[in-house]
Order: sequence, then C-alpha cells, then structure tokens
Amino acid sequence: MVHVTMEVNSRQATAEIDPRTLLVQFLRENLRLTGTHIGCDTSQCGACVVHVDGEAIKSCTALAASCEGASVTTIEGLAKDGKLHPMQQAFQDNHGLQCGFCTPGMIMAAIDLVNREGPNLDEATIRHGLEGNICRCTGYHNIVKAVMQGAREMAATTTAKAAE
Amino acid sequence: MSATGIGASVKRKEDIRFITGKGHYLDDINRPGQAYAYFLRSPHAHATIDRIDTAEARKSPGVVAIFAGDDIAADKVGGLICGWMIHSKDGSPMKAGAHPALAQGKVRYVGDHVAVVIADTYARARDAAEKIEVSYSELPAVIDLARAAAPAQAQLHDAAPNNTIFNWHIGDKAATDAAFASAAHVTKLDLVNNRLIPNAMEPRSAIGDYDAGTDTLTLYTTSQNPHVARLVLSAFVGLAPEHKFRVIAPDVGGGFGSKIFIYAEETVCAWASKKIDRPVKWTAERTESFLSDAHGRDHVTHAELALDAQGKITGLRAHTIANLGAYMSTFSSFVPTYAYAPLLSGQYDIPNIYCEVDAVYTNTAPVDAYRGAGRPEAAFLVERIVEIAARETGRDPAELRRINFVKAFPHQTPVLMAYDTGDFGGALDKALELADYKGASRRKAESAAKGKLRGIGISAYIEACGVAPSQAVGMLGGGVGLWESAEVRVNPIGTVEVLTGCHSHGQGNETTYAQLVSSRLGIPIENVSVVHGDTDKVQFGMGTYGSRSGAVGMSALSKALDKVEAKAKKVAGHVLEASEGDIEFKEGKFTVKGTDKSIDFGSVALNAYTAHKFNGQELEPGLKEGAFWDPTNFTFPAGVHICELEIDPETGVVTIDRWTAVDDFGKLINPMIVEGQVHGGIAQGVGQALLEGARYNEDGQLVTASYMDYCMPRADNLPSFKVETIETPCPSNPLGLKGCGEAGAIAAPPAVINAITDALGHEDVAMPATPQVVWRAAQKTATKRAAE
Amino acid sequence: MMQLGAARAAPANPQFGDFAMYAFEYHRPNTLSGALADLEKADAKALAGGMTLIPTMKQRLANPSIIIDLKSVPELSGLSREGDNLVIGAMTRHAEVARSPVVQAAIPALAALARGIGDPHVRNRGTIGGSLANDDPAADYPAAVLALGATVVSSKRRIPADDFFKGLFETALESGELITQVSFPIPAKAAYMKFANPASRYALVGVFVAKTAGGVRVAVTGAGENGVFRASALEAALNANFSASALDGVSIPANGLNSDIHADADYRAHLIGVMARRAVAAAA
Repeated sequence: MVHVTMEVNSRQATAEIDPRTLLVQFLRENLRLTGTHIGCDTSQCGACVVHVDGEAIKSCTALAASCEGASVTTIEGLAKDGKLHPMQQAFQDNHGLQCGFCTPGMIMAAIDLVNREGPNLDEATIRHGLEGNICRCTGYHNIVKAVMQGAREMAATTTAKAAE
Repeated sequence: MSATGIGASVKRKEDIRFITGKGHYLDDINRPGQAYAYFLRSPHAHATIDRIDTAEARKSPGVVAIFAGDDIAADKVGGLICGWMIHSKDGSPMKAGAHPALAQGKVRYVGDHVAVVIADTYARARDAAEKIEVSYSELPAVIDLARAAAPAQAQLHDAAPNNTIFNWHIGDKAATDAAFASAAHVTKLDLVNNRLIPNAMEPRSAIGDYDAGTDTLTLYTTSQNPHVARLVLSAFVGLAPEHKFRVIAPDVGGGFGSKIFIYAEETVCAWASKKIDRPVKWTAERTESFLSDAHGRDHVTHAELALDAQGKITGLRAHTIANLGAYMSTFSSFVPTYAYAPLLSGQYDIPNIYCEVDAVYTNTAPVDAYRGAGRPEAAFLVERIVEIAARETGRDPAELRRINFVKAFPHQTPVLMAYDTGDFGGALDKALELADYKGASRRKAESAAKGKLRGIGISAYIEACGVAPSQAVGMLGGGVGLWESAEVRVNPIGTVEVLTGCHSHGQGNETTYAQLVSSRLGIPIENVSVVHGDTDKVQFGMGTYGSRSGAVGMSALSKALDKVEAKAKKVAGHVLEASEGDIEFKEGKFTVKGTDKSIDFGSVALNAYTAHKFNGQELEPGLKEGAFWDPTNFTFPAGVHICELEIDPETGVVTIDRWTAVDDFGKLINPMIVEGQVHGGIAQGVGQALLEGARYNEDGQLVTASYMDYCMPRADNLPSFKVETIETPCPSNPLGLKGCGEAGAIAAPPAVINAITDALGHEDVAMPATPQVVWRAAQKTATKRAAE
Repeated sequence: MMQLGAARAAPANPQFGDFAMYAFEYHRPNTLSGALADLEKADAKALAGGMTLIPTMKQRLANPSIIIDLKSVPELSGLSREGDNLVIGAMTRHAEVARSPVVQAAIPALAALARGIGDPHVRNRGTIGGSLANDDPAADYPAAVLALGATVVSSKRRIPADDFFKGLFETALESGELITQVSFPIPAKAAYMKFANPASRYALVGVFVAKTAGGVRVAVTGAGENGVFRASALEAALNANFSASALDGVSIPANGLNSDIHADADYRAHLIGVMARRAVAAAA
C-alpha cells in the first residue's frame, strides 16, 4: 500500500491505496466521484479526462500514486456556488451531448483547449483539439458549437472577474 | 407554440446531471457485499472443450466461485434465444443451434464464454482465471461468410447443416425475371456491406443482486429494453418468475442497438448472484466489448436493376448472404430479412422486386441490429445501384431518381410495405438547392486546379420505423408485440409523472415526453418528470430501438393523455357544476363553454383526489391513466442527403467538404434533438463508409479489437452538417411522427461512396474507403486523368 | 488552495479492487542515483509518462514487480539551448517541447512533431525519454532523433542516434540504464511530415528530413519492419539537390516495409515518397 495525498476539487484527499490504483479509480472508488468515466482500455476514448495541475490528462493512464501532491479537478469540481461553468452551460445550450457518457471528459478537454489556445477558436482548431475524445452520439457538430460558445463565455467571465 | 411545447427546441432536462458528472451509469452503482465476475473467454475461433480444470484457480485468494457450462446446464438454465422465427423458402423453420450462456463442450468464436470466476475483487477474479486450465481441440474456423455454406466447411452447429440458418426470399421471382428479360438496360453490382462494431461509449455492465429474504432477483443492466430482458430471462432462460424479478436499466451510455440483446454476461451475473447469494458485478473492458457485443451489418450481395429505354426502373433483384456470427442473437434473424428486403423499393416505384437472403453461421461474434439494422444495407444497395444506372445510361443521377420517385400515396410496394405519405421530389429539390448542386462542376474544376478530385454523391433513402402492427409482426415471425405503453400519474397538486416502457439512452425522452405533457395539460415542463428503465416502477413496455420512442412511445403517451383529459373533464364538470359535455379544455384551463367559469388543471387534480365534489361511486377518485398503443402501420421517414468531398489522389485521403441533409420525419417535437439525432447518425454512416470495419483474420482472431485498430469517427474526420427538414405528417399516429434516430446512419454510406466514385470515375470502391483503398482506386483512373 | 475542506477519503475500502494490472511495488526516488539503485532490483521497470507502459500493464502484457516513478528525479528535467545543440531532459513532456519558445526557435520541426504526438492529453503526460526508451516502431520522436543525428545521453554514456535504435521496441539501452537527456544538433533546415494511422493516430508513415552540417538525413518511422530507419536513396537525392522535385524519380522499395490491416508495404513505400517531398517543401 502507498500513501497518497492530493487536492481534488479544492479539497484534500488522502488515502492508503494499492499501488495499482489508477487516478480514475481513486476518483471513482475512493472518492465516489463517478462523473469521470472509463470508456476504453487503450487510453484513447477520453471519457476519463481530468485536469491535473491545470492540464488535461487521461486519468485511466496515470497511477494515483504518481499524482501525489497534485491538484486535480474533475467534472464535479467545475460548477461554483451552484452556477455551471460556462463550458458546461454551453454543452447544454448547444445540445452538445446525448447519452452523456463521454461528456465529462469532453468538457474537461474543451476547457483545457481554451486554456491552451485562447478563446478565439476556429472550427478546425476545435476539431483537432478534440482528437483525444471520442463521442459516438453527437457526430461532434454540436460539440464544436458548444466549445465555441464556451470559449467565448470563458473569456467574458475572465474579463468580468478582472474588472471587479 | 409555447416555449416548451411541441415544436420548440427546448434544452434538455436530463443534461444537468450529465454535464455535472452526476449521472448514474451502471458502473457508478455498487451493491453492498458485491463480488466481481471475470469471464474466461475462448482464445480460439472454433474448438471443442475437452477438459476444464479449475482446481488451482479455486485455491487462488479471494475466489468465491467458478462456474462453467456444466454448472448452468445442471441448474437447467435455458439458452439465449432468437425471438424472430424466419421460414426458408421451402417452408422449413430456421435452423438455430443452441446458445448457452456458458459454452458447453464447444467454443465458436474468439471471446466465447468458457467460464466465469467470481471473487471478492476484480483483480483476484482475473488472477484466478489465469489459473484455469482448459484443454481445447482446435477445429477449422469458418470466417468468410461467402464460403460458409460451401460443402467442405467445418460445421458450427449440428442443427444447421452447411452452416445455413435459412434461405429466405421475398417478392415475385417470375415477374421480376420477366422484367429483366425485357429490360433496355441492366445494371449489375456486387457489394459488401462491411461489418461494424457498435461501440456505445459506455461498455456493457451488469449487477445481479439476489435477495434471499424475499426470494427476488434484481438485475441492473445496460439495456435499451429492461422489460424485454426480464421477459426473456424469466420465460426462456428461467432465472426467476417475472413477479420476483426486477430489471433496472439506469442511465445508459448509448446503445445503437447493441444493448437491446440478452447477452451471456448479464445472464450469468443474475444467475450466479442467486447461486452464491451475493451481488455479482461485471463491467466490460473495451476489448471485451469489441469481442462480444453483437456486431452489425456484414452482408455480401449481388444486385441487378432493370430499366426501360426511358430510364424507368422495371425490376430489382438481389441475392444476399448475411453473416449472423456464431450464435443467433436476440433479433438477428429479423435484421437481414424483414428489416432489410422490404426497403429495397427505396423511394422508387419499382413494379417487380425479388430478393433472396441466405443467413449463415461463422466463427465470429454474433451479428444483430446496429443503428438502422437492415435498412442501411437496403439503402446502400438501392442508392448505389440507382446511381450507377444513371451513370451507365448517361443520365443525371438526380433526374433518374426523380423520374422513378413514388409520387402518389398510399403506395404499395411489391415487398410488403405500404408507404403512407411523403414528398420525395420536394426533399430532393430542397437538398439540391441547399447543396448548390448546380455549382458542383465549377467546384470540381477548382479542386482539379489544386490537384484534388472532387465528387458529389446523392442518397435518397427511405426507412421503415415504428415497427408496426403487432398482428403483422406476429404474422412475419416476431415473437413479441411491438406496441408501447405509457402511464400518466397526475399528483394531487397537479405535477405529473410519466411512466414509459421506452428507455432513454441519449434520445432525450425525458425532455420530449415532458414537452408533450406540458403542451397537452398546460403545465410547466418543470412539473413533469419521466420515469423509465425500472420494471418495478414502470408497466410492461417494449423499450427503445428502431426509432420508436417518438412514433410509438409518444403515441401511447398521447393516448394516455386523452384519457387523463377525459377524466379531468368529468371532475371539472362536477367542480364547475356543469355537464361534462360543456367543459372545454385549453391551455391548462377547464372552462364551461360560453362562460367565464373556469378552473385550472392543478385544481382539477386536487379535486380528483379530495373527491369532495363528486360521488365516489359514480366517478372514481384519482387521476392516473395508462394506455397501450399499437401502431397501425410502419412509419416511413425519408430524405435526401448529399455529400461533397475532395480526394487527395497522392495519398487517398478523403475530406468531406459539405454535407446537406433534408429529411422528412413528419412532425417534430423538438427540432434541436432531431437535428442532433441526424448528426449522430451521419457520423456513424460516415464511419461505416470511410473508417470502420471489423476484421477477423483467417484463424478467427479479431484484429480490430481496440481503438488502436478499429477506427472510430473523431471530430476531425467530420464536417459541420447542413441539416433541414420537410414535413409530411405521418397519418398513422396521433402526433404525426415518423422517427429520426437512424436516418443519418442509413442515408450516409451511399452518399459518401457515390461521391467518391463520382470523383474517381469508376465504381470499384469498397467500404470502408480508407486512404489506402481510395489511393488504390485512384490509381486505376490516374492514367485516364493524366491524359485529360 | 481555495478552501480547505474536510479530508474526504477514508482508507481504501477492501471491497475495491477493480484493477486490471498485476500487483507491483511503487517507488518514487528523488535522485537519479536512487532511481538507478532501484532499477537494479529484479523485474524493476521505470515509469516516465506511462503512456505505453500503463496500458500494457492493464492488458497484463507486462508484469513488473517494482515500478520506479521518475517524476521526482530532478536530473531528468530541463530544456535549454547549449551552443549549437538543443538539450532536452528525458522527463520533458511532449506539450512542453511543443510550446517551448526555445525549441520553436532552434528546431521548429521538433516543436511541430511534438505538437502532433498522440492527442492533447497524451502530450500533457508523455515524455521524450519514455518514447525513445520504448522505441515504438510507429512513434514520432525516433524519426527526429535519427534524422537530426541527436545524441541520447544516458546514465552511463552518450549514444549516437545511429547506434541507439535496434529494432522493434529495442534500443541500445542496457538493463539498469536510464535516458537522462537528448541532445539535438540544430540543423540548417528540417521538417517532419506524418501520415497518421486513422485509428490509432500513430504514424502510419512519418518522414523527418533534416539538412544538417554533415549532410541531409532522412529518417522514416511507422513503416519499417524493424522500426525507424534512414532512407539512403532519399538522402542521396537530397544531398545532390535539396528540393522536393529532386525526389520525383526516386522510388522507395516496399521490401522491408510493414504490411498490416491499415496499409500494405507498397502503399507505405508510396507514402514515404509523398511525405518526404512534402517535408522538403516545408523544411524551415
């Protein structure tokens, strides 16, 4: 067993775990944060994407022990004070989800994309930026629209915060 | 139209839990004391099992139990069934081999279920499984469907000589042959409809949970139709009687047909839970999904089309070999027969059609319904051969279609279907306009100047949804009725629960059903909740597949709402002291005709429950009504999709540049959701055309068993789509709905291949048209192009 | 930290154990010497980004008894220009290489290559050292290392690129030897063109072309039966005339190239030519 401590959605989480525990299992089983999903076993579908120290990673391909001391954000940590994150809202506004299974990973990937590439994203950049996330329901059309809206509104939120 | 009523693009109610990570998919559920199942699977495509030695495995830490085929046989667990009887042309019933949940004496595909290990953790179950010793004697594998029925092949099932399940046919052979004999032109086409793996993003999962105290069995399962699962597992597999058996399908992460069926793993988890008196959980790893989810399509077909000198189609004949895999899955026999051949008339007035279908066993995973199920295979055949006929006879493909369209309704085809309504020419006109069809030649020249090949392809598809009068289903061999049920429970304060036998796993039923209730009863959409997916809560229903939750499921709901309204009028009459016949109901208000005396829906509901204003012997208290809706006909969604693409002849890379869809789904409840369904269907159809193909090697190993090798459509494989509709309301159901869930997957493959072959100038392009396939095909006409 | 909540996780519930992997011990050394000492232990395996190792372990195709997590070894990080070389620490992640102004200025082709590895999430985790030590025959970095004539610096020695790659998943690394850095001589011009496998997005064919002080070097990944290789015919043609048209008559033999469900050898051979011409045209 190894001891692990990390900050998950702004809360300390600590446990003795089997070294085999993947980050996704630590989130789902130890912390009961089941919004992060497992859709494949070859690190390709992206249903498990979370942010570790501000960057998107596939939590099915990281040992929880490797995330010692890290700050982790999952889909459950996005909404603040009962208000959806602009990217979450954009997915609903644009019907960017159907069965919802890939959605948490898709939203986490989309936020990471905006963090990396800025809010003015063209369609090609978004489509390429979602290369690590598979959706079987939507045909991506509405996901692309959602990411565009989410990106704009993330920028607007940041600007509004800066103005305060 | 109100902001939340019928026809409004209401944002989905269910989204909030999904975008916040609060959905409850099956793997999110755990039961106290649960053990984990690991399935030991066959590494061989075809072998006898000579011996299974579990002695070492049983000593492995944490093992609770190990079961194999003998154990379920000893417990008299029934085999998995195929619920649709097909008769061969000689009148004999289909020849189905046994389909045990755990293999008995023989394995028939790689991934077949040999044993289950149940342990206190999944890792320990898996560790122990590695210690099971199985002695196999390998047999030759039958992989190629086209040769499966040949005499010298190995035999999968004693019950099915020559690996042949049935030789079925439909249509008038003599009349069709006569049409060909007098044809001015005959177009011939050999085509392969490539095998696909559905790949819902949520892998299948199950928890069997037996309660010895009440002797009840609960199965949590990733199902599109929990009642059907319970019925089959009760009546045929014999796990528990229905009244002692609860099946729960919670949030389900996509189905596309693959979660209709009753599979071995779910069956074993339920059975084993009772056996060990402990919950048993299993969640597929993606590799297991690839190996053992029912696959789709997999046809080899020869087709011919006869035309007269004016370009009028006079006949169509086809011979299809359909691969059903190693065992007959739940609705496998229906897919290449009644879900396929009756659609071979397409949107066209074809007087003579004849189709033969041979269904064969092979040493591959079972094949069953996958989005569209039979109809994509039919549309691919019809829309490819019509396109080629146009090219061969020097006609514009749009024009050849137009002159052959069915123009008057109802229209009886020679293959069973009675098309009720449609406007095929209207959809074509609109699509050609939106796609700027006239400008295609200019764009082709622009592409050519850049060294690229541009092509444009039309697909004018039709499908049959909302299957269909149960009486007809029975006559065609169906083992079930295909009606749907709904119950509307009005609470005393006027909020409403809808209980539906359909299941929502991406379709948005929680929103669309609430829209219907909201607009009918005049109550806010927030005051409606939709309950589905639990046999203990919901009356028997048939589930969701075949684009039926609108056309059939909402028709049942509409009928139940009629009854609620009728009862509420009676209550309102008592409250308003008027006769029932004088009560009008509009926008949530009951009014006495010609007066300003009125009462709102919520007050009527309260009065129905307080029952103070009427005699409880004359009018029953309460407000709760149920209905079963049996369709009077199939519905016939149809439309035109146009794909325009560019090929890089140096590499074979295909880039879809424009996609135009004009669909006729009848009335729409929520256009936003309808468009989303079309987008997703197109993506799966483009996947079939360009990217996806299940491949077994000659030994029967699935070589596309992960996302490393099975190519799923990703965001950068697809363009944005131009999706519009026309509307001819369906006359056979109260809301005029036709269904939209499968259209894109049916329409897309021929549109893509017609565009590629248009660009290349020849017809020899197989699906999936990967870069290598297209590059090779481009080589064939490279010299010709160079000369131009 | 925005708010300090109560400690959330209880000790591991013994009921959990949805693990696919075999059991192993986990070490996270803080020094290179500590890592090397751990590596001496039986069946020990170094973990860099884990992008290949962890999926392989999940499929039970690898069974190390000890995992040595290199994330905290300071000697393996860093990225700098040292004279005419670009020196990149083994644990540098693909995303860091892709966005580094130092890399973009010195060898833009290398930054572009890193930007095309896997997907964004893989690039945030996968490392250059891990990729090279794994030597997947369809990985991108081996093409850059070989074409640029880089030197792989290990805990024991400096290994020239031409001696480093030994076949499929095989390198010159000996047991107990760790890559610490990779040193890339800065070329006059270079470009990488990748034709991605449509499914896995690994290279079906990737061609790295570099005009270096010692002549033109062309390395091909994804296509060779024995992994990355130098395309001598292309090098000869480009040494004579560094232009795309110089490659027009040069054909690449299919012999020795992979055939699989995604591409036959002759198609790969053809793509090598196409990608090479495009790389030359794009070289900067």
